[in-house]
Amino acid sequence: MEATTLQCLYKPKDYASDQEVKWCPGCGDYAIINAVQKAFSELNLKKEDVAIISGIGCSSRFPYYMDTYGFHTIHGRPAAVATGVKLANPELSVWMISGDGDSLAIGGNHFIHAIRRNINYNLILFNNEIYGLTKGQYSPTSERGKITKSSPFGTVESPFSVGELALGAQGQFYARVPDTDVKLMAQVMVEAEKHQGLSLVEVLQNCVIFNDKTHAAITAKENKANNQLILEHGKPMLFGENNSKGLRLNGLELEVVTVGENGITTADILVHDASTKSNVLHNMLIQMKLPEFPIAMGVIRNADAPVFDQGFTAQIQQQKASSKYNSLDDLFMSGNTFTINT
Amino acid sequence: MLLRHVCWQLPPFGRAGVGLIMKTTLESVVIKFAGDSGDGMQLAGTLFTDTTAVMGNAIATFPDFPSEIRAPQGTVAGVSGFQVHFGTSGVHSPGDAPDVLVAMNPAALKANLHNLKPACIILVDVDSFGKKDIEKAGFETNPLEDNTLLDYKVIEGPITSLTKTALADLGLDNKSADRCKNMFTLGMVFWLFSEPLEQTIAFFEQKFKKNPIKGEANIIALKAGYNYALTIEAIKSSFTVLPAKKQAGTYRNITGNQATAWGFLAAAKKAGKPLFLGSYPITPATDIMHELTKHKWAGAKVFQAEDEIAGICSSIGAAFAGNVAITTTSGPGMALKTEAIGLAIMTELPIVIVNVQRGGPSTGLPTKTEQSDLMQAIWGRNGESPIVVISASTPADCFDWAFEATRIALEHMTPVILLTESYLGNGAEPWKIKSLNELPDIKPLTLETKDASWRPYNRDDEKLARKWVIPGTPEMQHRIGGLEKDECSGCVSHNPQNHEIMVNIRKQKVARVANFIPEQRYKGKDAKKLLVVGWGGQFGILFGAVNELQKEGKDIAFTHFNYINPLPKNTAEIFSKFDKILVCELNDGQFANYLRAVLPQFKYEQYNKIQGLPFTVKELKNKFTQLLEEK
Repeated sequence: MEATTLQCLYKPKDYASDQEVKWCPGCGDYAIINAVQKAFSELNLKKEDVAIISGIGCSSRFPYYMDTYGFHTIHGRPAAVATGVKLANPELSVWMISGDGDSLAIGGNHFIHAIRRNINYNLILFNNEIYGLTKGQYSPTSERGKITKSSPFGTVESPFSVGELALGAQGQFYARVPDTDVKLMAQVMVEAEKHQGLSLVEVLQNCVIFNDKTHAAITAKENKANNQLILEHGKPMLFGENNSKGLRLNGLELEVVTVGENGITTADILVHDASTKSNVLHNMLIQMKLPEFPIAMGVIRNADAPVFDQGFTAQIQQQKASSKYNSLDDLFMSGNTFTINT
Repeated sequence: MLLRHVCWQLPPFGRAGVGLIMKTTLESVVIKFAGDSGDGMQLAGTLFTDTTAVMGNAIATFPDFPSEIRAPQGTVAGVSGFQVHFGTSGVHSPGDAPDVLVAMNPAALKANLHNLKPACIILVDVDSFGKKDIEKAGFETNPLEDNTLLDYKVIEGPITSLTKTALADLGLDNKSADRCKNMFTLGMVFWLFSEPLEQTIAFFEQKFKKNPIKGEANIIALKAGYNYALTIEAIKSSFTVLPAKKQAGTYRNITGNQATAWGFLAAAKKAGKPLFLGSYPITPATDIMHELTKHKWAGAKVFQAEDEIAGICSSIGAAFAGNVAITTTSGPGMALKTEAIGLAIMTELPIVIVNVQRGGPSTGLPTKTEQSDLMQAIWGRNGESPIVVISASTPADCFDWAFEATRIALEHMTPVILLTESYLGNGAEPWKIKSLNELPDIKPLTLETKDASWRPYNRDDEKLARKWVIPGTPEMQHRIGGLEKDECSGCVSHNPQNHEIMVNIRKQKVARVANFIPEQRYKGKDAKKLLVVGWGGQFGILFGAVNELQKEGKDIAFTHFNYINPLPKNTAEIFSKFDKILVCELNDGQFANYLRAVLPQFKYEQYNKIQGLPFTVKELKNKFTQLLEEK
């Protein structure tokens, strides 16, 4: 499915703007922007047809570094701005860049409503479980007990699970990716763009300054095989060295099994169906936690549902076709009028 | 009530007078329909207005209702009123006090007793004057039996029971039959003023197409009320109000909110771009959204957002993507939109923010009128953030000001705040219908082909406006945002000098709008002593009050502002002609204080009212007279 660069309009680097990138050295954001550029190239996106909308936070400087149309908005509101952009011009490929503070704290309301409406844009959520730009306070995804500058004795609140929140808001596309895997990120972003409706991609992103290695148990090279289950639609849910381990259903619970042990064969392993309407199994995959389970990665849910901007535009077309008015003059002169002659 | 042909001399009311019915011709009449908030008074008032408008009268209306949908029944707090002033001439406002009061219950009577004209006709439903009703309204004894109404002409009708009797054959349940009593009452009022029923009948036939029995019930009640008034000769005379002498043309009755919506439809059409509204419901602004959403056929994109912030932010996104973008709200919503307005100022995107003002602060008085969001509009943001502020002055001219707000936004690449008021939004008057042909084209500052020298914040010399390069335009990709931008390159800049330059540019850009608006006008060229200054929706009442004193030969003039920021260039020149300047507004002196800040060379007197109610002509004339008499 990967097109060769020869057939592409632009190479990934062609999507970079002339601006100096000012993220901290070693920041996970560099890998994400590379993946996005790679995906754009594979998708053959024309630069002028892309609008990248961001909020506030380290991640939200993203549009300045891309040679597309870009809008660095205000804290928490990029989902609402992106909604206006898409409704105003449905032809644009709209990408929203946001963080765990921007989308899940101050912008939580817009986040869930954008998902609920299923508006057709891609929402890339950089989740580093910390506030970086304000220098290290806990975020709505920080684990309980997390010690930060604003929680010196540890937090006493529970974090959001991004995927569960999205599915609870009727999300139809949810993917989770580590910032250490550019190839997987790019693949998932291509899928996100192809999906009609809101596509949420949660990137487990590393903040090298304020929350270094927070995802390391999942993302570190040596942990990848055993601690990540990379899902592919239609493929069995296998992971581990040599894909020796897999998932199966035991009653209403997921269970990790080893292929070849206790008579287990690959035929016993669950096959991933991202497109099924029911989100029950998707939710179970999202909920899997270390150390009992690997962390589910890739496109976990990719289902069809009515798309907001399409319905919005179609209704206008229907009304245009069936209106009793041909012009605003018709409207102004309709109903009860009276004429005064001199 | 101004009389023209026959004096207002009516015998005290006996129940059924006998004799000829005299027709008396009146210049203008104020009627107030008052009842419980579930009694259908708003509908009765609206239908009466529609008929008088079509008959060619000048009209002005003022709906006044509690914020609860069904406030406690039978209490003064739950009274809903609709005042309509109609006439041949002299109709500049809904009128100070009614000539005719329709009181559907004792509470409605109680709520209006303090504000009736002498010899006012009071039409009451005696069926609702039971002991309990009287107590609930706060009367100690029955006002129909004691001396309370001695000075008035009371028409007592058993309206509820007669309505039920009239509808007996339809087999309606009690409640449904009861609901038609407003139409019985309206029928009586129509008889009083010799108005035809046809239009109201047509309204019900249309409205209840799918439920004809309901339509029939309302029509029967209406006719029964009319016939009842005729039969009892409710008063010896019925009245005629002749059509107003208006400019030739075709008119329709229109509310301020409807006119606002239509103004935006027209502006988008004249700008050649789709209209986008992002909004969240809030009293009293929601009717603009209701109106626009009906007109998807005209391409209107109406997005009901999840909150006020998303309302404006979606509009900002739509403006970035090339639509004529607006958002509508009222005071509390305006507070929530504040940060986003700053973003629109910083990114220099064309959006219009409509604030249909209500009583504040906080939730305040949701259904009452006030002009107390002026300071918020002019200055209520973080940082140096100038914005164009304009205001409408009558229900019908909301059309023109919505159009003008859009023109300024698009031709100057700036957000514009349009202030209207509950009093305008819900009020109605005849609108001389405009055709699209007579409206000017709006020329957005788009740049549609590649220009190698272009940068996002390049500006023209005259307006200092930047170009509108819409996403999708090849080879013109650029980034904007809330961070300060370099004056030349448009890239993010924290350079100290650059920031000061940019602050100044944004200020000058708004100030230079004054070069593209008409000069301020005033009425009373020969006057020297007192200049009355108004703004916004109190125009009609101020005009009426000044007009009456000018006719008496008083040394008084009047100027009314629609352009608030920037002010018209000749403002100081006008002010300098007068000994005294009196600023009249429904707040604690916000426009006066604004004038003190921008034109400090003058002394400003204030007349303020902060009761959630419009001015009355009477109180204004008293104040003006007092100032004229002082040295």
